[in-house]
Amino acid sequence: MISGTMLARLASPRTGGLLGLAAVIALLPLALTNTYFYDIAVLVGLNAIVCIGLNLLIGYAGQISLGHAGFFGLGAYGSAILASRYGWPPLAAMLATTVAVAALAFVVGRPILRLKGHYLAMATLGLGIIIYMVIATEDKYTGGPDGIAVVPFSIGGFVLQGERVWYWVVGALLLLAAWLALNLIESPAGRALRALHSSEVGAEVVGINAAEHKLMVFVISAVFACVAGSLGAHYSGFITPGKAAFLHSIELVTMVVFGGMASTFGAVVGAAVLTTLPQLLAAFEDYEMMVFGAVMMGTMIFLPRGVVPSLARLLATRRDATADGEGNGV
Amino acid sequence: MSLLRVDRLGKKFGGVNAVDDLSFEIRPGAVYSIIGPNGAGKTTLLNMLTGVYQPSAGRIVFGEHDLTGCAPYEYARHGIARTFQNLQVFFNMSALENVMVGRYMQERCGLVSALLRSRRLARAEHACREEAAELMRYVGLQNYLYASADAMPYGALKRLEIARALATRPKLMLLDEPAAGLNPTEALELDDLIGRLTGRGVTVVLVEHNMRLVMGVSDHILVLDYGRKLAEGPALTVRNDPKVIEAYLGSAVSHDGTFGETIADAVAVAVEMHR
Ligand SMILES: Nc1ncnc2c1ncn2[C@@H]1O[C@H](COP(=O)(O)OP(=O)(O)OP(=O)(O)O)[C@@H](O)[C@H]1O
Ligand SMILES: [Mg+2]
Repeated sequence: MISGTMLARLASPRTGGLLGLAAVIALLPLALTNTYFYDIAVLVGLNAIVCIGLNLLIGYAGQISLGHAGFFGLGAYGSAILASRYGWPPLAAMLATTVAVAALAFVVGRPILRLKGHYLAMATLGLGIIIYMVIATEDKYTGGPDGIAVVPFSIGGFVLQGERVWYWVVGALLLLAAWLALNLIESPAGRALRALHSSEVGAEVVGINAAEHKLMVFVISAVFACVAGSLGAHYSGFITPGKAAFLHSIELVTMVVFGGMASTFGAVVGAAVLTTLPQLLAAFEDYEMMVFGAVMMGTMIFLPRGVVPSLARLLATRRDATADGEGNGV
Repeated sequence: MSLLRVDRLGKKFGGVNAVDDLSFEIRPGAVYSIIGPNGAGKTTLLNMLTGVYQPSAGRIVFGEHDLTGCAPYEYARHGIARTFQNLQVFFNMSALENVMVGRYMQERCGLVSALLRSRRLARAEHACREEAAELMRYVGLQNYLYASADAMPYGALKRLEIARALATRPKLMLLDEPAAGLNPTEALELDDLIGRLTGRGVTVVLVEHNMRLVMGVSDHILVLDYGRKLAEGPALTVRNDPKVIEAYLGSAVSHDGTFGETIADAVAVAVEMHR
């Protein structure tokens, strides 16, 4: 017999949501009728991984970053340079890059995260710009504005190639990222993050070192962005500094806010919608950013909680209403 | 042996001495009340005793540890917990999670085991939830076990902060005006709750304007005025201190012979007499 607790567990965001996400990833290929669609799906997956990490920082811990494309770019260029120029095995290049980016985020995050609100936004913006400038100007290593070609990802002689293969790899990693994030959120550390978001002094007086937790989540979010950047570079085979640019940072934040702050699946939905939308609007290419701007403004005005939390709330009140109705009927 | 020793403590805000050359000791196991008019420096004192403000002068010694200059989380880790006059509830969480946050110090674990949700952590989380629920019942919040914090009334939120503070398993608990904003019934229940806290071995520092509550539960009273000590001693002595009783408490006895609910006006008289 299926017990109530088991049902409750299935309905919980962690288990139920992960199963739902797995189902979507498994069934989506039925709708992906050509490689172009697969390509979009891979891009969605990579952005979703970044957004899940960024949402831990912005949505849960309440700390803004306008520079996360910088970490994405460092991941991409780290992999590109080590694997393509120096011939490192791609996995080793990716791991080394990730460790370096984590260390950078740790060192830079310490002073930056003391800042709050606008000041933090400015500082992270500055960080992103510096990273972009370094990538764009150090053309000896990075190829400068012209970009750089990246070798395909290979592990032990097996080469990851083709949109379909990448789809499953990125899908699996997206699931992993969501699982890790959900675990973190429901751990003492995750509660500490949510607590300091609401009241830093309230969190501190129960023994939470707020600065340490902000730094931890900053590093985690940087690592998520970096790994996605590495994978994206190998996947597309060619990268330009645009991936590290301010505009990309803004896109990422927009995805998080649109999907819903403090909602892991919201981050996925945000990434999905705002990655797909510009492709559908490809005809208006020049106006792509205007669409982003409009979506951002519209979300803030009509759905300040973001799409997924707003829908969840709507469903919950519906359900309560039906439950009440039944109760009254009996 | 005192639990807390405050030595010539001072806090300046610009030119204002919010707390000025203040020394006192708190013995374990008692209810130590701090009273005084608005702006006397009571909250400023509690903020220093929890590391929220750094003193401009003086020392704070807790047990054998000099905690002067420590961060708030270090005060917490030594066993000092508090509630706030202006609520610092985590409104983005459920009531139960608020209390679970209070269990942070006992429950915290490595990042890897949090990310991977180790079995040990899953079990600890379960126990944490149970214990938080137990504490909510203990402070009388059994009706809010499934409530979200932003849907709770003010009086319940004040108790929620007490439950959260208790969850840290403190040696010393600082309550900043726990009765403010409560209706008379809720205020009466506080007497009982504070009594049970000391029964648990928690030493209580009570900052309160409600004289009925203060006189009912205190072992020891410190009277502050303009950041300075106006009087201090066992509750009975302070009550009988000529300086205090005549001017201060004397006038707080209303015409029907009971203590008034607030001391604000009484204190004004007391302060006049003192000058
Ligand atoms: N952060 C601050 N910055 C500047 N001045 C402050 C600050 N906090 C408190 N003060 C000042 O210090 C003095 C003492 O304030 P405090 O809040 O400690 O009084 P209190 O005894 O708690 O009063 P109440 O009974 O109204 O809560 C007041 O003059 C207040 O204006
Ligand atoms: Mg006060």
